[in-house]
Amino acid sequence: MTFIAKPRLHHPSLTKNKVGYTRRDYEGPVSTLCAGCGHDSISAAIIQACWELDIEPHRVAKLSGIGCSSKTPTYFLGASHGFNTVHGRMPSVLTGANLANRELLYLGVSGDGDSASIGLGQFANAMRRGVNMAYIVFNNGVYGLTKGQFSATADRGSKSKKGAVNNDSPVDLVSLALQLGATYVARSFSGDKEQLIPLIKGAMSHGGAAFIDVISPCVTFNNHGGSTKSYDYVRQHNAAVSRIDFVPAGAEITTQYAPGEVVQVEQHDGSVLSLRKLHSDYDPTDRYAAMAYMQQHLARGEIVTGLLYVDPLPTDLHTSLNTVAAPLNSFNAAQLNPGAAALEKINAALR
Amino acid sequence: MKRIEAVNDFVIKFANINGSGSASANELFSRAVMRMGVPVSPRNIFPSNIQGMPTWYEARVCEKGYHGRRGGVDMMVAMNPQTWAADIAEIEPGGYLFYDSTRPIPTSMFRDDVHNMGVPLTEITNAAYTDPRQRQLFKNIIYVGALSALLDVDADVFEKLFSEQFKGKERLLDSNIKALHMGRDYVKQHLQYPLGIRVSRSDKVGNQIFTDGNSAAGLGCVYGGATVAAWYPITPSSSVPEAFQKYCDKFRTEEATGQHKYAIVQAEDELASIGMAIGAGWNGARAFTATSGAGISLMTEFIGLAYFAEIPVTLINVQRGGPSTGMPTRTQQSDLLSCAYASHGDTKHVLLFPQDPYECFTHSAAALDLADRLQTPIFVMSDLDIGMNQRLCKPFDWDDTKEYDRGKVMTAAELEAGKDFGRYNDVDGDGIPWRTYPGTHPKRGSYFTRGTSKDAYARYSERGPDYIYNMERLLKKFKTAATLVPQPLLRNAKEKTPLGAIYFGSTAPAMREALDVLEDAGVHVDAMRLQAFPFPQSVLDFINSHERVFVVEQNRDAQMRTMLINELEVDPAKMVRVLHYDGTPITARFIVAAIQNSVATLKETV
Repeated sequence: MTFIAKPRLHHPSLTKNKVGYTRRDYEGPVSTLCAGCGHDSISAAIIQACWELDIEPHRVAKLSGIGCSSKTPTYFLGASHGFNTVHGRMPSVLTGANLANRELLYLGVSGDGDSASIGLGQFANAMRRGVNMAYIVFNNGVYGLTKGQFSATADRGSKSKKGAVNNDSPVDLVSLALQLGATYVARSFSGDKEQLIPLIKGAMSHGGAAFIDVISPCVTFNNHGGSTKSYDYVRQHNAAVSRIDFVPAGAEITTQYAPGEVVQVEQHDGSVLSLRKLHSDYDPTDRYAAMAYMQQHLARGEIVTGLLYVDPLPTDLHTSLNTVAAPLNSFNAAQLNPGAAALEKINAALR
Repeated sequence: MKRIEAVNDFVIKFANINGSGSASANELFSRAVMRMGVPVSPRNIFPSNIQGMPTWYEARVCEKGYHGRRGGVDMMVAMNPQTWAADIAEIEPGGYLFYDSTRPIPTSMFRDDVHNMGVPLTEITNAAYTDPRQRQLFKNIIYVGALSALLDVDADVFEKLFSEQFKGKERLLDSNIKALHMGRDYVKQHLQYPLGIRVSRSDKVGNQIFTDGNSAAGLGCVYGGATVAAWYPITPSSSVPEAFQKYCDKFRTEEATGQHKYAIVQAEDELASIGMAIGAGWNGARAFTATSGAGISLMTEFIGLAYFAEIPVTLINVQRGGPSTGMPTRTQQSDLLSCAYASHGDTKHVLLFPQDPYECFTHSAAALDLADRLQTPIFVMSDLDIGMNQRLCKPFDWDDTKEYDRGKVMTAAELEAGKDFGRYNDVDGDGIPWRTYPGTHPKRGSYFTRGTSKDAYARYSERGPDYIYNMERLLKKFKTAATLVPQPLLRNAKEKTPLGAIYFGSTAPAMREALDVLEDAGVHVDAMRLQAFPFPQSVLDFINSHERVFVVEQNRDAQMRTMLINELEVDPAKMVRVLHYDGTPITARFIVAAIQNSVATLKETV
């Protein structure tokens, strides 16, 4: 595999966003994933979401684990610092990075093997702590880089390309995230960018632990008949709870819907998540209702997508630890060191 | 009957039941002796248990200031019936047994070559107190009082200690003094005192402080500027982050807002602890984790990543035996190899070896500087003996003019001015590349962090030459590290000698004493105390200038000897193992015997 730089030339007519960047400024080198891989669609959605959100690329830190999905941060936000960490351990590295500098935006990229198999513990504990991040799992139900073994999100009864049947119960990361305290929980499909882009925008503006499970078919190892993570299967079983529009802080809400059709959730930064309800009984701010709804539809074999739960005023790990507003990495010795006089007092107490 | 006679030079051992509040009473005893100007080095010997099991506190009173464990017991304070027989057996002939004489004990259970000092502690306590908790606590103070009379420790040093401890709590102060005197009065009325072993006022404590290595390491991390700590509870290292928390609470809380200039996370396991510390280090905060051997095993994959990705992180490893529940509450120096070469791939790591709490403080602070300067994991290799026991040591000091060494960090201004940035490019010839913190500059200086697959500009690469460039640069960086770490300290014998000894860490006090004893016996040994790995040239010079070099360490496999042979390519035949690894701290007696035996065989073969 080689590093391929895309041509730097920009077409003069490429539109700039409010912070002066074109969409191309949010791209990275050319992807080396298989042609048609769902992951590339998610990368494209991340690029589009960050450009539309007017985020300066260098204010994002993108971290991943190991696997096909974890390779993708190379292919978007080329001007951001990135970190390809250890298999299944991205959440802890992201947590530490976030503690060091709370002013950056943290994008955690992981896969189903990375988060549900080897890294289930770190996934769960990052959600428990409410780390301020957008955590996106590119979920294809298989190990791609090692050629097609089942991961822990593969459904029971799902068939591998070689014909093996998975007998184990699947880990449902969305249900776990809901139960463990994530304050923004969504599921989407890499083939539905209309739904995915606003969900990513909502997650990146959320201010707490935001989790998106994106079903992302593996065209090489998991897109056949008998797979429950194929393009066809997901399209047939997709049950969206809502259509979401993301309205940035201060912008006017122009779309018009009949009363009762729309739920508007204002987030901490003033941005608004405008949800066109596809199911009249769905309340996205009720965690327990969301959990019950998920379980009922799961039992029917439906893949519930959309924004499943959001707490509009989340707290995060910094709130729990009561840290100062300034980034911890910005302090010098004068600000951190108690000094020789204080040490002399400590000495005196130890005699 | 023989009677051990010794002023300011004896070992007293307290056999207690854990959870009975004896620890603070025993510490009070040690502090009182030190207030008499006589050095004491106590050691806790405790099981993996919280309540009801035997625990011991062995205090060596030694005017000469030898802090190593001596071996042997001159006086046993036998407060635990469960361990009575074994405890009694440990007393040196002519020594002393102190016990609770409330209930009659058959004469067959005593030895006829030790002096019995019975005090009816339960009877005195029950007569004076009705509350069960008070009975338990004051019984401890009463035995300390009785001992103080027997060993000739002045009552006023206790009164002063109590008045400091219970400042503003007059009722507690009075009741403690009362209990102390109940013990003293009983001895004065019923027993012959003082004993042959006793304390006499001296001036050998000076301005030294009495503290434990783990507290000192936690404080060192505060002074060294750590702002992020992540850890998972494990004996014997948990008190490092707990001390860090305590001192941060005091020194790093903003007065106006009550907000914290630090973040401490008790993680779900050691993998997450080191992951968080690495994430914080990558993002420009000073971060550390504290753990013990089992934790290092779990962290190993991450340690390798930090080595190859060149991320600063500090690990405080308080070594102990393992794996098990049990021996991990005993001391060892057995994680040298697992730390020095931790992880898959070709890796080498920087280790620091503190000898006492003072160095736990200075080395922890230095580790944070070195981690930033060298952009790599730095291990502070403490152990249970210095970590969890209080020890007299030099008072802590700090130079207020000192700024932290943040290493080679390219700033936004430098990037803006067009300075070339290659994350893994050796521009200065010392193997250490420049780095940027995430978010520094809108257009320049960003890079993608990975393990090994990259070129000097951090671009993805699987090319052999790129890999070799990087691996050779890491070796060069390791050579640079040898010049930056604390350097070895040499102690030359009074006469020129072909014998050398290498030692490190908590072996130091026993070694110091052993060298004195050997010198007096006419065995001359030059000694070098290692303070760090990698080894600078002076270590090789030392080995080359001696015919026989004893490597004294507290593990089975002679791990330091292996590292010396491996790194310096010296002749294994001249490197003599002196190994102590039964879980108790090494003693001067052991070292002296080992070296004398070796010297004797050397003479026989000549």
